[in-house]
Amino acid sequence: MLSSAATASVPAATGIAGYAWVLLALPSLGALVLLVGGRRTDAWGHLLGCATVIAAFCYGLALFLSTTGLPPESRVQDLHLYSWLPVNALQVDFGLRIDPLSLTFVLLITGVGALIHVYSIGYMDTDRDRRRFFGYLNLFVASMLLLVLGNGFVTLYLGWEGVGLASYLLIGWYQNRPSAATAAKKAFLMNRVGDVGLALAIFLMFRYLGTTQYTEVFARAGELPSGALLAITLLLLLGACGKSGQFPLQAWLPDAMEGPTPVSALIHAATMVTAGVYLIARANPIYNLSADGRLLVMVIGVVTLMIGCIIGCAYDDIKKVLAYSTVSQIGYMILAVGLGPFGYALGIMHLLTHGFFKAGLFLGAGSVMHGMHDEVDMRRMGGLARYMPITTATFGLAYLAIIGFPGLSGYWSKDAIVEAAFGQPGWHGWVFGGLALVGVGLTAFYMTRLFLLTFFGEKRWENLTTEDGRAYHPHESGPVMTVPMIILAVGSVAAGAFFAVGERLARWLAPSLGTLEVSEQGPLNAAGVSVLSIVFMVVGVALAWLLVGRRPVPVVRPARVSAVVTAARKDLYANAINEALVARPGVWLARALVYVDNKGVDGMVNGTAALLGGSSGRMRRLQTGFVRSYALSMLGGSILVIAALLAVRYG
Amino acid sequence: MLQSYVPILLLFVLAALFALFSVTIAPYVGPRRYNKAKLDAYECGIEPSPQPVVGGGRMPVAYYLTAMLFILFDIEMVFLYPFAVSADALGLFGLVEIALFIATVGFAYAYVWRRGGLDWN
Amino acid sequence: MSTMVLPTAADPAVSVLAAGLAQVPQMDYRAVLPVLVVLGAACVGVLFEAFLPRPRRWLWQVALTVAALLAAGVALYAYLGDAPAQGVKTFAGTLSIDRPALFLWGTLLVLGLGAVLLIADRSVEPGGYFVAQAAIRPGTQQDRAQAAGANMHTEVFPLALFALGGMMVFCAANDLLTMFVALEVLSLPLYLLCGLARRRRLLSQESAVKYFLLGAFASAFFLYGLALLYGYAGSVKLADIAAAAGGTNRSDTLLFAGLGLLAVGLLFKGSVGPFHTWTPDVYQGAPTPVTAFMAACTKVAAFGGLLRVLTVAFKATSWEWRGVLWAVAIISMVIGAVLGLTQRDVKRMIAYSSVAHAGFLLIGAIALTEQGLSGTMFYLLAYGFTTLAAFAVVGLVRTGEGEATHLSQWAGLAKRSPLLAGVFTFLLLSLAGIPLTSGFVGKFVVFSAALADGMAPLVVIALVMSAVAAFFYLRVIVLMYFSEPAADGPTVTVPGVFTAAAITLGVLVTLLLGVWPAFALDWAGSGGFAL
Repeated sequence: MLSSAATASVPAATGIAGYAWVLLALPSLGALVLLVGGRRTDAWGHLLGCATVIAAFCYGLALFLSTTGLPPESRVQDLHLYSWLPVNALQVDFGLRIDPLSLTFVLLITGVGALIHVYSIGYMDTDRDRRRFFGYLNLFVASMLLLVLGNGFVTLYLGWEGVGLASYLLIGWYQNRPSAATAAKKAFLMNRVGDVGLALAIFLMFRYLGTTQYTEVFARAGELPSGALLAITLLLLLGACGKSGQFPLQAWLPDAMEGPTPVSALIHAATMVTAGVYLIARANPIYNLSADGRLLVMVIGVVTLMIGCIIGCAYDDIKKVLAYSTVSQIGYMILAVGLGPFGYALGIMHLLTHGFFKAGLFLGAGSVMHGMHDEVDMRRMGGLARYMPITTATFGLAYLAIIGFPGLSGYWSKDAIVEAAFGQPGWHGWVFGGLALVGVGLTAFYMTRLFLLTFFGEKRWENLTTEDGRAYHPHESGPVMTVPMIILAVGSVAAGAFFAVGERLARWLAPSLGTLEVSEQGPLNAAGVSVLSIVFMVVGVALAWLLVGRRPVPVVRPARVSAVVTAARKDLYANAINEALVARPGVWLARALVYVDNKGVDGMVNGTAALLGGSSGRMRRLQTGFVRSYALSMLGGSILVIAALLAVRYG
Repeated sequence: MLQSYVPILLLFVLAALFALFSVTIAPYVGPRRYNKAKLDAYECGIEPSPQPVVGGGRMPVAYYLTAMLFILFDIEMVFLYPFAVSADALGLFGLVEIALFIATVGFAYAYVWRRGGLDWN
Repeated sequence: MSTMVLPTAADPAVSVLAAGLAQVPQMDYRAVLPVLVVLGAACVGVLFEAFLPRPRRWLWQVALTVAALLAAGVALYAYLGDAPAQGVKTFAGTLSIDRPALFLWGTLLVLGLGAVLLIADRSVEPGGYFVAQAAIRPGTQQDRAQAAGANMHTEVFPLALFALGGMMVFCAANDLLTMFVALEVLSLPLYLLCGLARRRRLLSQESAVKYFLLGAFASAFFLYGLALLYGYAGSVKLADIAAAAGGTNRSDTLLFAGLGLLAVGLLFKGSVGPFHTWTPDVYQGAPTPVTAFMAACTKVAAFGGLLRVLTVAFKATSWEWRGVLWAVAIISMVIGAVLGLTQRDVKRMIAYSSVAHAGFLLIGAIALTEQGLSGTMFYLLAYGFTTLAAFAVVGLVRTGEGEATHLSQWAGLAKRSPLLAGVFTFLLLSLAGIPLTSGFVGKFVVFSAALADGMAPLVVIALVMSAVAAFFYLRVIVLMYFSEPAADGPTVTVPGVFTAAAITLGVLVTLLLGVWPAFALDWAGSGGFAL
């Protein structure tokens, strides 16, 4: 059988790794207990939710440490659990892949996940359904772990749909807000588009290779015909675009901000949106074979990072700015993994550092909102630094990290991507490197604007009240919320150097992703790029300071602005385009079909007579439909079928 | 091959012509003495229930019940005949099978009987 | 007549009548015991109706029906171990009891049990879902009295058993005449069952008449196709048709016209678009347990029959008809998915969903490989349980007037009954094909079978259409969770033992087949049709 040959090349997991299913079982169990247990578990539900994730983190850590003790070539292990879909030629195993890449994600997911769980105890304190919320969070963590731990594309797909569902439930948490329902629906739908891409890619693999397990697909990727190879890379990319909010499917991600802030942090910072990056990095043996596929990945990455930056400059909603910032940072990661062997590890490194500082930023924003009666408009904030010192400090460190301040996390990871992009030969280097560099400047601009608007300047909220007439009383949040922020701030500062110095992370990931290569073919050398990116960053910060920091900020946003800002405020017309290209034709098709189905052939034959039948008659007709018209459409269908059969025969 | 269908076609044509002929000729050669009974829908001499408009009456349900019962037992007879012809060859097996068949029809008969399907008024 | 060449003299069923040269045919009673049990119990049920006093009928009928289904299941299970792998042909070659037939029988029996539990329920609707006296004129004083009373037509139990027996024969029929008789045996009771709703009786009766008229129309197609095929092959046996198609230079016009007409009859029963037109109206009008029965079991029977006809009789000519059924599958998926979006009634919505699912099933059915066969049969099993439970849940949401099936009445239902909303959400996710539900596994095996057989474009369309269909399932979920409940909204009835058991059965199987489908896939793939 095929699978036995495959397991020979990847050793079966032994020792502590043999219990890796615990990682999935813990949060799944938590979700099950919390969602099925109902109100009985209200009292201790949130504690159980935290405990499962923390326990999973501890196990993950132990697994990580035991794996680092192994020689690099035996760090990739498969844990076969059971045969999930055994149908003739198609053998889909339910198994786990334990290797440096998946372990890295396990630590990220459970680590950041645990912090967000703890933070949610405080943040969701007043919500009646806090227990259910923790159930959803656990479900999310379990799905995400399955996504990264699965040892085949079908298992990955399983987790992929699971996170989509969990995020859908979480985004739509505030059931009484119509906008939340719309946002949840949008997220689900756009993800479905990506899911179709992923599903098609999986079916193509099965079609040409007869398998969907990683070991076999990767070992035999060379057998794919070039057309199928390119199709698979593009379809996987489509899947990644849906899940990671990349162009052209980026529109759902900012709307997803309707969820409670820990959700935003969880989904946007650390986990779900990085699934696309994981997918491409995981499929690296396939992408290594297709230069065209990689080029398109890079194009998507660069386009998205520019879109995210530009729109991020225009919004006043603190969470939306952070969301678009996420869109653009993931653009960087996608760009990095598009670079192939020059960038897989860099993409993962940026993903990790970004996990720290973006989670820190979101939790900081949540803390601000917590203290400001859930206000999100930055124009109504200002001067909060005095009232929220810890939030300001942690937020500030994360802010410095994201703009790439030398020495902090973002500097190490983002700079490396810009350098690697410049390392591409010919015009690729100039275009991708150049745009990545512009992105550095824009990031510095909008993040500085956000930071200044929120924490410094005059206290614009003093003369304002909330929508329901209460005055603002900003205050620092409790330790349940601040401690996670502090931990994340430490990570924002130190993680980058820890990963990058001596290529520690790249060497650790080498068994999964291949050795990180450094290209010297590009138009600029590393030192030059480094200097340039610092220059761009400083210019961005300075511009923001000139525009926001030194001038008074109007509380209501100015209506008369340039065309660029108007376009950015409208998400660069992404919604309008979606509407025109997808929604409208869909509605027309549905209408046409309804017409044919209801009125059908009958309508064409004696439509006028029926139309004159008076309103009551028409109503009844709509309700029931005439048998004769049904029979006529059946007859028509039959004639078509027979005619077609005979036409095929004699044609 | 198609030639073997010619007699059938001919039969169709003859039948159609005959029907056409009878219907067309009747008003010209027959006497015209109309009354209500003549204008009513005709079905085996059963009188339709009275309706305000002439000719729109409905047949009582009991009529259809009788008709269906008749057909049911008619079909039973149709099956019994070939059985009778080959009863020797089929032996005990055939006897048991035909008994089961009659019993099945008997169940339906018992149902109709007990539930009042045979109460004419 | 000289053209009426009689089939081979070795064919006992025909020659008995023709020449009086009777032989005792081979009868493997043990193999067909499940069918005999079901049909026998139906006859006994008729006697119960005749001789038991009205108040005691319900109890006896329920006990008889459930016992019959269990006994048939036991008989099937006992036979399974000794059944020859290549299947047996029995009853003078009219029935072919092979692995697919046994799998489909098992599926039908279990789904039938679920449906019978729903039919038997008297707690959700006091007195049951069925009218006490079908002859009462709707809307009269007597009608209101019967709606409030505690009686029901207990004939529904034998009727359901007859239909189920017909379905079982239909799946195993090895010649077209037997198939036609089985088709009528399964259809006639269903027409009647559709018209017996306790509430909204006009709608129910209308649906019954519609179903009857269109069903008769479709039967006529089937019968005409049968006649043409007989004209072509000189036999109604599937194997003889296959042999004739493979090795003669006779005019193919009869063959393909016959196949087309036959296919229309079968596709109609499986509610495959564009022959689906009856489905929404009948699903909506029929009493909900009957709808569940039809949606789950009729589909199994129709596709079981279609699979057998296509595989056994028409495999040799497949490249000539396959393109046409491609088109039919696409039309069905598009109609189901797109029109499902516009529905405002839950039952109609699930009806259109069943049209879309019929399209997916057809993809597996035309693959004509082992994988396609096992995948389609697994899909039938999975879909049957999910849709059964879904209709059972629909039956629980009620106002004083009866079931509240309009979607607007489902707004905010999750706040009234989180459990019901959760169960329904799970079932909808399965219909949408989300992993860890049986719907996902079903789609996966069917699509990969189609892909392996070189139908990539069809799979692409199917994936896109299942993404579109996911949207209308999602719409219901959104409505239940994210909308404010209406002030005079429906209440959620606490189901009695029967309905609760049926829902639990459906949900558990949906989950089980999603997480651990191996055993069912193994069984479905354990062998092909007996040729």
